[in-house]
Amino acid sequence: MTILMIAEHDNKSLKEITLNAITAATQIGGDIDVLVVGENCGSAAEAAATISGIRRVRVADHACYNGQLAENVAALIQTLAGDYSHIMAPTTTSGKNILPRLAAALDTSYFSDIISVESADTFKRTIYAGNAIETVQTADSIKVMTVRGTAFELAAQDGNAPVEVVSEVTDLGLSSFVSEDLAVSERPELTSASIVISGGRGMQNGENFSILEKVADKLGAAVGASRAAVDAGFVPNDMQVGQTGKIVAPDLYIAVGISGAIQHLAGMKDSKVIVAINKDPDAPIFQVADYGLVADLFDAVPELEQAL
Amino acid sequence: MKILVMVKRVSDPNVMIRVSADNSSVDLNNVKMAINPFCEIAVEEAVRLKEAGIATEVVALSIGGTQSQEQIRTALAMGADRGILIESEGPLESLTVAKLTQKIIEEEQPGLVILGKQSTDTDNSQTGQMLASLMGWAQGTFASKLEISGEKINLTREVDSGLQTLSLSMPAVVTCDLRLNEPRFASLPNIMKAKRKPLDVKAAGDLGVDLTPRIKTLMVETPNERQGGTVLGSVAELVEKLKTEKGVI
Repeated sequence: MTILMIAEHDNKSLKEITLNAITAATQIGGDIDVLVVGENCGSAAEAAATISGIRRVRVADHACYNGQLAENVAALIQTLAGDYSHIMAPTTTSGKNILPRLAAALDTSYFSDIISVESADTFKRTIYAGNAIETVQTADSIKVMTVRGTAFELAAQDGNAPVEVVSEVTDLGLSSFVSEDLAVSERPELTSASIVISGGRGMQNGENFSILEKVADKLGAAVGASRAAVDAGFVPNDMQVGQTGKIVAPDLYIAVGISGAIQHLAGMKDSKVIVAINKDPDAPIFQVADYGLVADLFDAVPELEQAL
Repeated sequence: MKILVMVKRVSDPNVMIRVSADNSSVDLNNVKMAINPFCEIAVEEAVRLKEAGIATEVVALSIGGTQSQEQIRTALAMGADRGILIESEGPLESLTVAKLTQKIIEEEQPGLVILGKQSTDTDNSQTGQMLASLMGWAQGTFASKLEISGEKINLTREVDSGLQTLSLSMPAVVTCDLRLNEPRFASLPNIMKAKRKPLDVKAAGDLGVDLTPRIKTLMVETPNERQGGTVLGSVAELVEKLKTEKGVI
């Protein structure tokens, strides 16, 4: 088995979720190469070289990969695909954008967001908003998949793998990067934070999220939101936790003013400890919470902050 | 410009499904079915582009069982002009769906294909990307804003770190995220009118695409259920529990 892992990075640094995905690759077994594609992504490639247990880092650095354009990146990976039995990426908006495109180009199956490696050709993944788990198998010679970060431990970073340049440039000219509007936050990333505090429709508006931020800052937590809060325009989309947003599984998840729709539970029910604060005692969120407080969040949250 | 919009019949996303007793599949007997919510957003966007004078015709395509005609009728009631059903009895894999759609595109020559970013049953998020790949077209996934000027689409995407804006050459494939629009409710007169709009049915087996599954489902199981815990009396008690019982803060 020879595996190609597509690194998630922002050109400057490697995203931690790559290390979770590497653990899944290690469970499949065989040689693992890490591909870093981007523009001016040398430092991300250097960071990738420290991942333990990998054979080498391959780096493709060109302006046409700015913004991780799916057309160009998939075309690049296609030129390398012949060397590999498995091509993987962490489940991120970038991995989900690129790998299905690649799979179709290779005429091979694609497994989205695997949560377990059963063997080199058999994997588990969730369906129906996490309400069922399917075990799936393919005989296709190249297996393409994305890996749910929260389902795998972090790989260590005490290695020193060689970095090789991929000189291939695959600029298809189908799309171009215009701009990005990135969330700026000093807090930990939602998907890797050990504590997450999320707000729902009960927060009433975006300004009120400041009371969650105060708690987050005391706990070193990330701040998330339910779909309802994002749809209402309280907070931006990158904060959405749920079936169609981000999947989180922190040690502690505090759901504030969130009723607990199926779609939200899909994104957080693997958290170790769940706390729900809601004034409606019948809110479904209490059915999955280890601890519940039936209270007005505008009293309970500031009190919680004071008590920390 | 013609727009092809894809709609999928799925179980109502607000209904909790059950795994079948033999662990072979999800039991959909007597489960309320609906149009995939992301497909509804796709239809809405296509219809708005027609209303804005940018699109000339909106064709709604579904691939599935005979009953998927209901979801095509929903799209027609929202404003699509005509429907195509590629009928297939068993479930089809996304790559096969993309290949079947490719055949329709070759026939219909749309300038834009819009579909949902994922379906709420299989939760894959792959058909649009695969279709764009097979066609050799640009793709704009997870779209929250779409503007067409000339032969280009200015497309804003919801990405993990915020928003990204791309310029796509047309023809292109766009997949919709939640914030692209708010789908309309079809009015009763439009629902009646939709019944008379043309709906062409083709058999999946007649399109020259190999329908043999490539993925074997070995088992479908129910995840471990979480047990509800205790309702506490005060914030102080909560902090105490989190510190001493769970050691998480």
